[in-house]
Amino acid sequence: MADAARETWITGIGIVSSLGEGPQAHWQKLMEAQPGADASAFAPFLVHPLAPINFDAQIPKKGDQRQMEMWQRIGTYAAGLALDSAGVKGQTEILSRMDMIVAAAGGERDLAVDGAILTGMPKADNPAAFLNERLMSDLRPTLFLAQLSNLLAGNISIVHGVTGSSRTFMGEESSGVNAVRIALSRIAAGQSDIALVGGSHNGERPDLLMLYEFAGLGMKDKFAPVWERGTKGSFALGSIGAFLVIEAREHAEARGAKPMARLSAVVADRAKRKPGDVTAMLEKLWSAIKDRVMPDRTAVISGASGAEPATGEERAFLEGHRDLAVRATGSYLGHGPDTQFPMNVALATIALGHGRLFPPCDSTGLERPMTGDLRQVLVTGVGHWRGEGLALLERVD
Amino acid sequence: MTSTRDKFGRPIVVVTGVGVVTSLGAGKVDNWAKLTAGESGIRAITRFPTDGLKTRIAGTIDFLPPQSCTAALSEQFADLAAEEAVTQSGIGTRGAFPGPLFVAVPPIEVEWPQRLEVGAQTGANDKVDYNDLLRVSAQFPAFHRRFMFGSVAETLAEKFGTQGSPISLSTACASGASAIQLGVEAIRRGETDAALCIGTDGSINPESVIRFSLLSALSTSNDAPAGAARPFAKNRDGFVMAEGAGALVLESYDAARARGATILGVLEGCGEMADAFHRTRSSPDGKPIIGCIANAIKDAGLTPADIDYVNAHGTGTPENDKMEYLGVSTVLGERMKTVPISSNKSMIGHTLSAAGAIEAVISILTLQHQRIPPTINYEQPDPAIPLDVVPFKARDARVTHAISNSFGFGGQNVSLVMGLEPA
Repeated sequence: MADAARETWITGIGIVSSLGEGPQAHWQKLMEAQPGADASAFAPFLVHPLAPINFDAQIPKKGDQRQMEMWQRIGTYAAGLALDSAGVKGQTEILSRMDMIVAAAGGERDLAVDGAILTGMPKADNPAAFLNERLMSDLRPTLFLAQLSNLLAGNISIVHGVTGSSRTFMGEESSGVNAVRIALSRIAAGQSDIALVGGSHNGERPDLLMLYEFAGLGMKDKFAPVWERGTKGSFALGSIGAFLVIEAREHAEARGAKPMARLSAVVADRAKRKPGDVTAMLEKLWSAIKDRVMPDRTAVISGASGAEPATGEERAFLEGHRDLAVRATGSYLGHGPDTQFPMNVALATIALGHGRLFPPCDSTGLERPMTGDLRQVLVTGVGHWRGEGLALLERVD
Repeated sequence: MTSTRDKFGRPIVVVTGVGVVTSLGAGKVDNWAKLTAGESGIRAITRFPTDGLKTRIAGTIDFLPPQSCTAALSEQFADLAAEEAVTQSGIGTRGAFPGPLFVAVPPIEVEWPQRLEVGAQTGANDKVDYNDLLRVSAQFPAFHRRFMFGSVAETLAEKFGTQGSPISLSTACASGASAIQLGVEAIRRGETDAALCIGTDGSINPESVIRFSLLSALSTSNDAPAGAARPFAKNRDGFVMAEGAGALVLESYDAARARGATILGVLEGCGEMADAFHRTRSSPDGKPIIGCIANAIKDAGLTPADIDYVNAHGTGTPENDKMEYLGVSTVLGERMKTVPISSNKSMIGHTLSAAGAIEAVISILTLQHQRIPPTINYEQPDPAIPLDVVPFKARDARVTHAISNSFGFGGQNVSLVMGLEPA
């Protein structure tokens, strides 16, 4: 477990999603408690499209933007916001030793090229030769660089100058949990002083939608909040970019940075998927940090995807802890598998900054109002298929 | 009794098991014999038709049962290498490895055979697009699991019974080295006494070959496959894509000694530094590569004078070899004229996500055997980068500290320093 032997603070947040850009826009939308998703662009599938973004503000060179696909622009933009928020943008000395862990999948495909091959190849005299010829002549040479998982990190190095180290984790929800966990472990153990950690996800991609629709998980026609999606469950993909700057308290104090929250622990594991395993795993992870949790002052920000049976199993865990107020942000953001956990750590940080929780969005009774002072947030990450994690964040007074 | 802490007070990390599969064969015995004999595993691609391709050669693994896609191939290779490493180490019990899994994997994607299968199911005969695919996707539930990025790690974690949440990672062509670095760090933090670190890659499919080809990164010496990978030679014309996996069991020295394990070598230090210059090219001043190599030596508690062998990244692209020369000759200085440096890729090609792990395994074998595998295809030395590349023939030599370099697209640089068990 990543246990904060060396106290670790969150000192910067950069977030974009369907709710907008930055902490204020997100907080405002969460307080309005009006979840929803777009049903038209990818009908019958629902998505949570990215709010309008002026990418020039964080990626000034058009040449850089052209070298990226949308997921990389989202991530590079959010990373820039996080560095600004932490007050380290352009601080070459700090950036040159800043460690970076990015949670990522792969990039967008060229839909037109794919469509032309799907249409033409079955009719071609020599299908294999047709495939080779079309790919050789129709793929943009630089598209590969916009698809490679580690090239979001690469673009962040180029655009923002983060060069201490660069690592990219993959593996859907678990990649986001592990990115934050390893960054915290390294800082707590003195292997690192400051880290940029997060990820990005472009939910407005039919090729990616297909990947989850293979499991029949695409939400169709009518929106429902996370806890109200029936026996099979489903989710709408969301476009989400979320980066955090986390650093050792002593490092932050030495440069005069203020804490937005304390990142006290991140724990993760891999449950098998027999009935009850996810619930049992969350209990096991909870037991590693429960001694530090203050009853009645703590909320849960859940990364539940809405996919079953994982969501029902997380619900069973949460119902066993009725003193914790629960909020699932997937109702607002949609699901961005790799990015959900860093995003929820960011939203937890924002809530702690306000000292209170946003309203429930659930007619099943799991999410209940919380009126008291908010001191701690437990962030859950439960993979739609694999991977569980918990983070504990605390207000720093 | 020797100390089990390094000079920084951290637990010493040792290697107690290694496994490898490349186009030369499965297992370290076969690979070592062929590597030290200067054999090439590069051949014409037969897995799929290569009509119209500029590059039609690769280091494919053709001696194992065929698989449906990169994910399945990568899983197969990783499984084989890990089995060998875990068996050699004798650690834990079968199906219960007492530590976490770090596995470097290539991009996991839906590939053309599967995309076409879904396309055929749509029944559309005029024009097929993603809307059509989406209409029938739910009829292919097995594709969901297969094409999750975490699927390879999931299968391996399940089989070997590793602890905790497995980490799948990519740092492009440095991935295998990063997997090892993550394991070293976890043991140094005292979180675990052991880690299973794997790099694997089975990316020889039409689209992957074409992607690298379009970046003009690949050798086009199709007529003489065995002579195509020419690291450090004047007539080098690009790298040769290849497949394989390398696996290492890392343990704290304490834990390994307590259970009486045979120590194969010591993972002495790791260095990294990202390059912000360009997506595919290194900063012309070489600073990130220089910094990376220097960081690894420093992390090992050594000085450049202690390094007596360089296991090169040595891809055989004009750019890489020039920059690697700049890096090693800057850090090692005048000594680099006499320190041997060889490239395994001259024989096994560039195994991409697996390369850092495979070449770490070969570095450990080099230390164990006190014998350096050669760089083949060095008929034309490049006078601009004068190096002792151990041409053509393996060489017996005293090797106490070896450094293995890995550099990748996206400004990824990782170096590992390995040595022998403390006397």
